[in-house]
Amino acid sequence: MVYSYFPGCTLKNKASDLDLYARKSAEVLGITMEEIEEWQCCGGVYPLGANETAPKLASVRALVAAKEKGQDLLTLCSACHHVLKRVNNDMAENENIRTKANNYMQLEVPYAGETKVVHYLEMLRDVVGFDQLKAKVVNPLKGTKIAAYYGCLLLRPSKVLGFDNPENPKIMEDFIKAIGAEPVIYPYRNECCGGYMAMENKELAKKKSSTVLQSAKENGAECVITACPLCMYNLKVNGGVDDLPVYYFTELLAQALGVK
Amino acid sequence: MQRIGVFVCWCGSNIAATVDVQQVADELAKEPGVVYSTNYQYMCSQSGQQMIQEAIKEHHLTGIVICSCSPRMHEATFRKTAAAAGLNSYMVEIANIREQCSWIHKNKEEATEKAIILGRAAIAKVHLNAPLTAGESPVVKRALVIGGGIAGIQTALDIADAGFEVDIVEKKPTIGGKMAQIDKTFPTLDCAACILTPKMVDVAQNEKIHIYSYSEVESVKGFVGNFTATIKKKARYVKEDVCTGCGLCTEKCPMKKVPNEFNQMLDNRTAIYIPFAQAVPKVATIDPNACMMLKNGKCGVCSKVCTAGAIDYTQKDEYIEQQYGAIVVATGFNTIKLDNFDEFAYSQSPDVVTSLEFERLMNAAGPTGGTLLRPSDHTHPHTLVFVQCVGSRDISGCGKPYCSKICCMYTAKHAMLCREKYPDTEVYVFYIDVRTPGKNFDEFYRRAVEEYGVHYIKGMVGKVAPKDGKLMVQASDLLANDQLLIEADMVVLATAIEPDESARSIATMLTASMDTNDFFTEAHPKLRPVESPTAGIFLSGVCQGPKDIPETVSQASAAAAKVIGLLVKDKLTCNPCVAESNELMCNGCSACEKVCPYGAITYSDKEFRTPYRTTIMRRVASVNPAVCQGCGACTVACPSGAMDLKGFSTRQIMAEVDAICK
Repeated sequence: MVYSYFPGCTLKNKASDLDLYARKSAEVLGITMEEIEEWQCCGGVYPLGANETAPKLASVRALVAAKEKGQDLLTLCSACHHVLKRVNNDMAENENIRTKANNYMQLEVPYAGETKVVHYLEMLRDVVGFDQLKAKVVNPLKGTKIAAYYGCLLLRPSKVLGFDNPENPKIMEDFIKAIGAEPVIYPYRNECCGGYMAMENKELAKKKSSTVLQSAKENGAECVITACPLCMYNLKVNGGVDDLPVYYFTELLAQALGVK
Repeated sequence: MQRIGVFVCWCGSNIAATVDVQQVADELAKEPGVVYSTNYQYMCSQSGQQMIQEAIKEHHLTGIVICSCSPRMHEATFRKTAAAAGLNSYMVEIANIREQCSWIHKNKEEATEKAIILGRAAIAKVHLNAPLTAGESPVVKRALVIGGGIAGIQTALDIADAGFEVDIVEKKPTIGGKMAQIDKTFPTLDCAACILTPKMVDVAQNEKIHIYSYSEVESVKGFVGNFTATIKKKARYVKEDVCTGCGLCTEKCPMKKVPNEFNQMLDNRTAIYIPFAQAVPKVATIDPNACMMLKNGKCGVCSKVCTAGAIDYTQKDEYIEQQYGAIVVATGFNTIKLDNFDEFAYSQSPDVVTSLEFERLMNAAGPTGGTLLRPSDHTHPHTLVFVQCVGSRDISGCGKPYCSKICCMYTAKHAMLCREKYPDTEVYVFYIDVRTPGKNFDEFYRRAVEEYGVHYIKGMVGKVAPKDGKLMVQASDLLANDQLLIEADMVVLATAIEPDESARSIATMLTASMDTNDFFTEAHPKLRPVESPTAGIFLSGVCQGPKDIPETVSQASAAAAKVIGLLVKDKLTCNPCVAESNELMCNGCSACEKVCPYGAITYSDKEFRTPYRTTIMRRVASVNPAVCQGCGACTVACPSGAMDLKGFSTRQIMAEVDAICK
């Protein structure tokens, strides 16, 4: 399977591990990730505003690039995935935004949300299959108790993201089982880490992140995995639990597949 | 040529505000055959009806067209009006210019044009109308009540009181329904069992009432006054007439780990069981999914200990056919499944319970003997959080869009009882709105807040997280604009209610209509609230919409009154708009017989003369007018056009279409 791949800015510097191990693992799994040429920032949080169309254009360009190649658009960063998926939904559902964006873009064929945006975890679940993944694991992480941290961006709004049950998700737990480890279910796995509040109200971000990590630790976790660079930042910097390492899920995937 | 009168109603401003009624009357006066045309403010009022009657006499009208509301609303009214003036009732046509015109359009010019067109169609039809005379059919003096909760019980008692036979069909082993599970009732706090169980005994002792417990209605045929129902008496493996209800078998049964439905699965029962001590009928039932004897033939303890010899492992389902004049639906409700509400940790912690489970935990006959204990560790809870509107008023698609109506009051009751019995508890109630209309209801809620010190907080709970045996309740206080984190021992969810899962199949069986939430629809939301639009089907209790006990009982009695009104009649006037087969065109193909839902069509061989002075035998259809309900399915199915519906003939319908397309 060949995908158009949108890494996003953070994966090119701070979160390069998330990107690197995803690429290495994909090779083993027979997945080709073709990075979109000259991609631009997804737009961060700005495309989520309903009133302005211009901030959405960067995302629309990535979506159109995938459409032109006839490929699904693969994402890794939770925030990029969230933004691309929601902009795509706007292009499909909101006539006003679609018209304005297409007026800006001046495409030969107007874009109307045709591209399918797929998160790496969804690809593992739906295309590779967790059973197949399990079969390819060479270093099973036997006995390791791993807490999956979902955060907000992958799950909500659930009608648009369609990722998993937002209140009781299981895709990351199934992933953990597939790489041979033991998932830890804890109540705060789908709560917010504090997000960008880390800039404005550090105390609040500390409170949110530490609640997550403490809850994971109390329930017996030995490490935490995430798919989001911002969650990673908050958990590490504001989480306040030093003896609980946080990894990108792709790092453990690469380890299990023997390509780390 | 007919002499037609046209009467255009304003319906106050309902029609007149959007339709120029004067113009409609003027335009329709120009139609061929129309000899009189007028408009009036309220055509259905006494003076309006008088106006119609005078016009019929004065202008020797042979047909009338009323341009007004839907025929479902007032067709019967205007038919009576015409009959009183000596005009055949079936020479009246209604043009619906309210629901199908004025209410749905804004532009007066266009709406007026449409009203004229609808009037023209009705005039075209009335030209072809012929006087019809209704026949009569007998009424079976027996009623069927589906469901044996408080609604079914009250309806049955009232019908029996008037001297008619009633059968209650209840799918559970006992009657009593949800009310039997409830601890105390608001706003008087009297014990539910103390007011319900005497009624259950009354039902059991009433000679006119027969209870089919552990039974289901399998099929229903026929029509108002003459239904035939097949009742499936499920095998309970205990002879009902022999069992004395002593309960010895339930003590000795070795299968003791079957979840107890009556206690909302909070404890266990045995495989042979009597749901509760006051069950009616007080007869044991064997659960075939749990009984070792029925599953693999090893055990037989109950049969050995039963001194009455009531156990019969070979019992089979039994089918009983019975005739009824009327059917009352009283199928009740259930609480919704909480699969879509994982944020409240219902599936993760046994200390998160639904309100119905809480009733059992507070009930003296419940699993804890009436002492409030946490299900997880049987300790006394000190902090309780009640969450209202769990799945009610939910437009996200996870729950139900409607208000379940009863939760505000029972939550106030629970909170008050907690504080009264256990003054050391802190009780919080999270609400969107507190809705307590009803006699003495708001006073009751105020008492919970002011006298009992229950903390009412406007806001929703976002998350319940189990932590170290406690429940961390994360919520918002909208009035204080504050985020709260409460360390609770128990969380009680006021779970939305929905119609019983059997409701849809029963509605299909009875051809009774339902709304999008599977509540039964009433014939008119204000004026005929206890009747289904299907003749002879009546509605009692929550199957029609959320209700508390007093409302349910009122509706149950109202439904009974309607049933009694039907059953006292010896004969019912039939609908004369029935199908008729033109034997000369019929080729005997049986297409109509196959689609007829009432079994009204039969075939016979008849002798016909041919053009060659010989005769031939041909198989032709004939319709039994007493059984035909005029649904028209056969007229559509007939390939040769031999079937026609009186009052709605193909010619009449085509004339209407032509008039609209003119």
